[in-house]
Amino acid sequence: MSEPVLKRINIRISGLGGQGAVTAAHLLAMAANKMGKFSISNPFFGAEKRMAPAESYVRVGPEKIFDRGELVFPDVIMVFHPQVITMQKSYTAPFYSGIKEGGLIIINTNVDLLTKEDHEYLEGLNVSVFECDATHLALEIGGTELSTNMAMIGACAGITKVVDLPALDKALQDRFGKKYIASGGTATLDEAIKKKYAKKEQLLEANNNTMKKSYEIAAAWAETASYAAALYEPA
Amino acid sequence: MNIKVAPSSGKIIMSETVEFGVKGPKDQIVTDPNHMFFEAERIPNFLTGSEVIKEAIKRCNLDMSVAYPITPQSEAAALIGELYAEGYVREYFRGENEFGVMGECAGAAFGGARVFTTTAGPGTLRAMENFPMWAGSRLPIQVVVTCRGVNSPLSIQPDTLEMYYLLETGMMIWHAETAQDLYDWILAGFIVAEQPDVHVPLALCCDGFFVTHTKDTVSLQSDKMCLPPYDPYRAPVPCMDMENPPIRMMRDPFVMKSNYISYMTHASWQQEVHAAVERSRKHTLVIMGGSLLETENLDREILIVASGTAVSQSREAIRLLNEEGIEIGLIKIKTIRPFPSQELLEATANAKTIFVPEFNIKGWLGREVRSLLPNNERVIAGPHVAGGMTMPSEVIVEEIKKSLGIKGAHMASRG
Repeated sequence: MSEPVLKRINIRISGLGGQGAVTAAHLLAMAANKMGKFSISNPFFGAEKRMAPAESYVRVGPEKIFDRGELVFPDVIMVFHPQVITMQKSYTAPFYSGIKEGGLIIINTNVDLLTKEDHEYLEGLNVSVFECDATHLALEIGGTELSTNMAMIGACAGITKVVDLPALDKALQDRFGKKYIASGGTATLDEAIKKKYAKKEQLLEANNNTMKKSYEIAAAWAETASYAAALYEPA
Repeated sequence: MNIKVAPSSGKIIMSETVEFGVKGPKDQIVTDPNHMFFEAERIPNFLTGSEVIKEAIKRCNLDMSVAYPITPQSEAAALIGELYAEGYVREYFRGENEFGVMGECAGAAFGGARVFTTTAGPGTLRAMENFPMWAGSRLPIQVVVTCRGVNSPLSIQPDTLEMYYLLETGMMIWHAETAQDLYDWILAGFIVAEQPDVHVPLALCCDGFFVTHTKDTVSLQSDKMCLPPYDPYRAPVPCMDMENPPIRMMRDPFVMKSNYISYMTHASWQQEVHAAVERSRKHTLVIMGGSLLETENLDREILIVASGTAVSQSREAIRLLNEEGIEIGLIKIKTIRPFPSQELLEATANAKTIFVPEFNIKGWLGREVRSLLPNNERVIAGPHVAGGMTMPSEVIVEEIKKSLGIKGAHMASRG
């Protein structure tokens, strides 16, 4: 039997500056690349500021991807922070604007942040909503809320199967296991998270565990949800 | 209108005095660009555009780079600093501002150095006086321009309006679509710019964020090889020695006298600079696969003509339209200066409608195309986005469907 093939999947990540939304997109795209899929990721943000809206986009598919820039019509939306919804810290209003039929929304929260109208609209489009307590998982397993993005990536992979855990592990090694230069803000955050651990290996392990736990929880949820993973059986 | 030229002897012409196989920076092997560009094995890497600039410069045998931070090129400028720390770049420092940076680049190039820098948006405009000065002084400096918004209110997002300002500076202007273009053309750029019959600066433009901050697959040669060094003794004007100014212009600028001969001298020199840009074609053709255009399906009635990221968005739009049975051709313009006029005339000869999508408000490419083509009512300059907006492929699809009288979906979405 041949392996199921991934169809084109477009992921929009809405978060706040400093949460690692850009890093999350890069990791997902790198993991997809390591699995031999075509992928592209890019960020969108204003002048760098903590807690200001920041978005990033990941496109993964079975053929070469040219499309870049803001994702206006995503299949999956990840909300990294409740303020994206409650304080409208999003480049779209509402935050789920443009979501495709049969899509998926993953929100980092432990309470329902959506209004009755939101739920009705999304149900009308057969969009599944997964509430993922990512910050809690990050604190509990990663030991720092800076691992929230890892929990969100894990949840995304657990439900959509866009990438698998070994590929995410490899991407993580690539990103944090060696010298990496980004903007001043990102470099500062990298230093901050590295200081939380005595050794780089511990950082990688804690992040990996957070990702894995979130993956498992989300995969179990996906069994009960109507969302169809972004895979198809080849003809 | 240019005359179509053939690639210069089919291969890259190099200085006869530079040696291949000797050691360059960090024990890299100085390699014939003909081998490096066309034969050397390449390995795919998954990198951001900024990292790709670093990878290209690492292999450029670079003498000097001057940095000044401005989004979205700051990461690239910092990464070149890493190369300096590692020993791949001989001299590197931070300028006071973009005007200073470009002046410092000029100083180094006057002295016979291979020089590279990066800038963006407001930085490009701040430095503007230097660009025609570089060109007039025949300095083969390469600047990567990572385009971003230039006007107030502030935007750090991609917008190609600054390229409009650069068009007639006397520099070569190339517009990279992807990180792969950017990588290949940084290496090739020095080789073309340093040809004795060219010897003008290159503004290698790409769209900020869409290229610089996007992670994409790029194939790289081994970093154990590097380009041959710049040979300043091949320059059409001598490199400068402040003690003994080699051309009279330096010490007693007769062109600053008010008489007909001085005007004439200046005018003919301007013509020569622009002619030098034109002469770059035959060298550029060699490294750009034999054409300054990339074309697909020119037999279609509807064509898209674009440069930069607008090409990528058009490729996706064409894919979407194909699914609905609407077939569209594509022309990617790689070099804006020199402009591939004759090639474009031929490529569009049978088109009934030509769309020119652009990431700027005024549509400078649309104007170029309109002013060139006969029956230019065929040219629809658009769609346009500006100020950092994305151009979703769906917007191009809708524009084309509208022209065909097909009703499309409602596009209003982003708030």
